[in-house]
Amino acid sequence: MNAAAAPVIAERISLAWDALAAVDDPEIPTLSILDLGLIRGITPRADGILEVGLSPTYVGCPATDVIRRSVEEALAGAGVGGFVVTTVLSPAWTSDWITAEGRRKLDLYGIVPPEHSTASLRDVRRMNRPIACPRCHSTDTDCISEFGSTPCKALHRCRTCLEPFEYFKCI
Amino acid sequence: MNEPLFRYVLRLGDLSLVLGQRLGEWVGHAPALEEDLGLANVALDLIGQARLLLTYAGEVEGRGRDEDAIAYLREHGEYLNAILAEQPNGDFGQTIVRQVLIDAFQLELYERMSTSTDERLAAIAAKSVKEVRYHLRYSSGWLVRLGDGTEESHARVQSALDNLWPYTVELFAEDELDRLMAEQGVAPRLDEVHAAWSARIERILAEATLNRPKDRPHSWHGKRGQHSEHLGYILAEMQHLQRAYPGARW
Repeated sequence: MNAAAAPVIAERISLAWDALAAVDDPEIPTLSILDLGLIRGITPRADGILEVGLSPTYVGCPATDVIRRSVEEALAGAGVGGFVVTTVLSPAWTSDWITAEGRRKLDLYGIVPPEHSTASLRDVRRMNRPIACPRCHSTDTDCISEFGSTPCKALHRCRTCLEPFEYFKCI
Repeated sequence: MNEPLFRYVLRLGDLSLVLGQRLGEWVGHAPALEEDLGLANVALDLIGQARLLLTYAGEVEGRGRDEDAIAYLREHGEYLNAILAEQPNGDFGQTIVRQVLIDAFQLELYERMSTSTDERLAAIAAKSVKEVRYHLRYSSGWLVRLGDGTEESHARVQSALDNLWPYTVELFAEDELDRLMAEQGVAPRLDEVHAAWSARIERILAEATLNRPKDRPHSWHGKRGQHSEHLGYILAEMQHLQRAYPGARW
């Protein structure tokens, strides 16, 4: 890579980040994939191709293929030049990577953001701190099911205001 | 090709695939909407594991087979899952018993495999174990409710446990392939996995007020491709579309 190419590459990387910031999660459209912490990095290769590392959230999540396609379309549309999207399994994605902005957006959307850090996950059977209702903030709630409308969420119910709500599981 | 590694990865991938397919049979039939969603979500995670594992098996084999070719175009005797996974769903209680037994196995196996000398298996295991913790939380939560529930629910899950227990022996019956993988640091030693599994299962059964059945010598060899008649029906349903319309895609 010659010296003159460096600023061009920096500009392409910055264009790429802007493009990625506009890609929303198909299941929780209030969040961008950057809010979810799905992009591991953008690295220029020696041949000038940008390598974009993408982490899947859950191994079987059907949104993964859609997200990948949206990422490719966004990057192509932004004119970032040659790029390749690679799947990064390791280190495995964790809900700890959801940004502060992402947590704020989840909360506003009515989905309770993950309560715990994954450090407490050695034995999830013992992990039963009450989750506060996003509407009335009562902690008199219970879990109806560990699995909700998507793999990443559990279904809960508030016993004070009687409304059901979703909780983004920590993983 | 590294034939032992290929066969070992198939054992792992087929266990997830066959169990995932079994759980998929509950979709639209579970006792409540929440359990329909729960079982389907666990099935989805298991099929996700199978996709990663069977893709890797295809690469190790090096003959150009992808995950679909391996999942949909192999015969009965080429499947290498332990036969506990293919046992019928029975009632909801029996499905839950089978699930607890396999979830706890995958949890102990994957936790140890996340430091495998095989980087790809280490990554897949580290990723999958996070999800398996939730599977076990779900299945063991139900087992406690059913075991420590009514007379009827207790009797049903105890009877399912008595029926399925003999198949668990195969999960831990170490053969030459398991030994080789452990020697190479690819997989943990099965006796270690067994001890940890056993302790975990004991705690869950105690809480569920269920009796642990006795271990008996086993004669199941799903890990070598000798299956119960149940697998044929599973494959007939799972493979029908690819057999009838070769190469069909969504």
